[in-house]
Amino acid sequence: MYELIDVRKTFKRGPTEVHALDGVDLMVGEGEFLAVQGPTGQGKSTLLLLLGGLDRPTSGRVLFEGRDLAKLQEAELAPLRASAFGFVFQTFNLIPTLTAQENVETALVAARIPVSERRAFALEVLDDLGMADRATHLPSELSGGQQQRVAIARALVKQPRVLLADEPTGNLDEQTRDEIVGLLEQLWRDRGITLVVVTHDSAVARRAQQRAVIENGRVKLPEVTTPAPRGRVVHPSGVSRP
Amino acid sequence: MYFTYIRRELRRRLKQSLVIALGLALGIALVITVSSASAGVKNAQRQVLHSLYGVGTDMTVTRTATRSQVGPQRLRGFGGAPPAGGARHIARSVRHPEPGSATLPASDVAKVSSLSGVAAASGGLVLTDTSFSGVIPSAGGGFGGSGSSTTKPSFSLNSFTVDGVEIGAGAVGPLTRTQVTRGSYFSAADPSASVAIVSATYAHQHGLQVGSTIHVAGKKLKVIGIANVSSGAADVYLPLATAQKLADLKGKITTVFVSVSSASHVSTVAAEVKAALPSPTVSTSADLANEVSGALSSASTLTSSLGRWLSVAALAVAFLVAGLLMMAAVSRRVREFGTLKAIGWRTRRIVAQVVGEGLALGLLGGLVGIAVGIAAAGAISAVAPSLGATVGSSFATGGGFGPLVGGRVAGSGPFGGARTVLVHLTAPLQAHTIAIALGLAVAGGLVAGAFGAWRAARLRPADALRSVG
Repeated sequence: MYELIDVRKTFKRGPTEVHALDGVDLMVGEGEFLAVQGPTGQGKSTLLLLLGGLDRPTSGRVLFEGRDLAKLQEAELAPLRASAFGFVFQTFNLIPTLTAQENVETALVAARIPVSERRAFALEVLDDLGMADRATHLPSELSGGQQQRVAIARALVKQPRVLLADEPTGNLDEQTRDEIVGLLEQLWRDRGITLVVVTHDSAVARRAQQRAVIENGRVKLPEVTTPAPRGRVVHPSGVSRP
Repeated sequence: MYFTYIRRELRRRLKQSLVIALGLALGIALVITVSSASAGVKNAQRQVLHSLYGVGTDMTVTRTATRSQVGPQRLRGFGGAPPAGGARHIARSVRHPEPGSATLPASDVAKVSSLSGVAAASGGLVLTDTSFSGVIPSAGGGFGGSGSSTTKPSFSLNSFTVDGVEIGAGAVGPLTRTQVTRGSYFSAADPSASVAIVSATYAHQHGLQVGSTIHVAGKKLKVIGIANVSSGAADVYLPLATAQKLADLKGKITTVFVSVSSASHVSTVAAEVKAALPSPTVSTSADLANEVSGALSSASTLTSSLGRWLSVAALAVAFLVAGLLMMAAVSRRVREFGTLKAIGWRTRRIVAQVVGEGLALGLLGGLVGIAVGIAAAGAISAVAPSLGATVGSSFATGGGFGPLVGGRVAGSGPFGGARTVLVHLTAPLQAHTIAIALGLAVAGGLVAGAFGAWRAARLRPADALRSVG
């Protein structure tokens, strides 16, 4: 599904130039659960932004289903983000003035789903994640774990092919962390989506099917940590084949 | 989703929203108030001109008195000295044209009427009736000398203005049929009848009603009507022939009132009149407007220059502050907009959201501003302050009435040529003013939204999501 070829990314943070990625080669197969682990500031989030088409590499290629995301215009990237990619952020990033249900619906606004259908889909997904009774609550009225469930619902409601999670448990306590990771793993198994989780937490990384370590802007070859779902074989290069 | 998001977002930053809305409201309220006051001043100016000029009149033709004709009015013929130890009671009255003006032959009206571009013309005789009465004691009277009278001297001077009106002149002249609110207008059947129409103010001051009797030049006249005329207009109106007879000015007029067929022909007709008549003084309403001084003139300057610039400045500041505050608000929502882009929202959708927020604030400010502006205009109309407008200059040469009065009396009256008219200032609301105000509100909202939208459009999702929230 994904192929990253010699990807480099440099950006400015104030007067400082940051070399976030320094020649990354990576392949992610369809339906895989990949954890990208590494300490803070090593380029994990930057890698995720590139996979989601939210940023462009300074050099190199980011191929998604054969298309180079770096070369697509904004008008071509927006539909991909609206349908193919789902994002989950460390700080949840819910819209503070919208209820849980309305936050989930925002993901369907871009897909131009009619209002009545949007509401139904949103409630259905919230129900799947055990949040139906909190649908009318604002984010400020929800716990961290509940907010992250709503964020996951928002990412899933459009039935994406890829779910990209940036430190999804970073702001949660241990028990909630396990709940959320377990939820993500369950969704991966049940829905067959491609799941890429960026984390510094080994406990989270261990739950993934494959684990890649990023250090100083470079990715070490992924290591298989979990058996693939039935009918899939994980290739050492990181590509799984049926 | 769209309107819900706007409503909730504006409520979330309520203080900032109120600052933006109230800033716009202030600018819009100023626009409405100044525009309404300006319209009120124009109405007042029109009222002043009508009172001095007559309804339907575009110009007047008069003749300025020569130096030999100008001088203090003299009330002669008081008889001999009072008897020793006694006193003489005296009373005199005269009717005379306005100081500084000379008479014209009545045939000048026909000459003017025949000129091309003249829709109608009528003659008028503008007089002042001055009455003097008093008691003159014998020599040394009041000072206790031998043979002196014990009576103290006392005098009173009264005057009122009289306009002789050409009956059947139509809608041009100092008094028209429609201005008579009680009683009736003059009858064309008897152009020299001993009748009078008085102004409502004069009637109120002297307790007159339809059917009452007044005295002009010692002659009894019956009041047949009471007219609603502007302050500064005449007190008493007589048929022209009656006024000419009482003033001993048969066949004479002081003013030709002219109505022009088209406003664009006024200057052309004025030139033709000057060529047709010997030494006329032709005054158009524009000339008269230029001569107006006093509080009304100051109010006109205030509303047209200071008021207008103040409104423009207030609006410009409100627009700028609104725009900067919207930009600041968008800067604080960088992570929010970055997330929306991440989940698939296009830039134009986010821009539409921000512009919508600006527009909502603009409309809110507009509604408040319109309400405040209407209230302010209403307050001006309710208070209706009196403004004076003075027209013309004094023709009196000083000296006045000699030893009894002395000096020159300015203001309307027998000795001063300047005429002061009092009008009440209102601030009428006009539909187009409200429409303009609403348009400005929308524009203000769009400007504010555009500032914020520009900032939002430039956001890059990666930079937004990297920023510390």
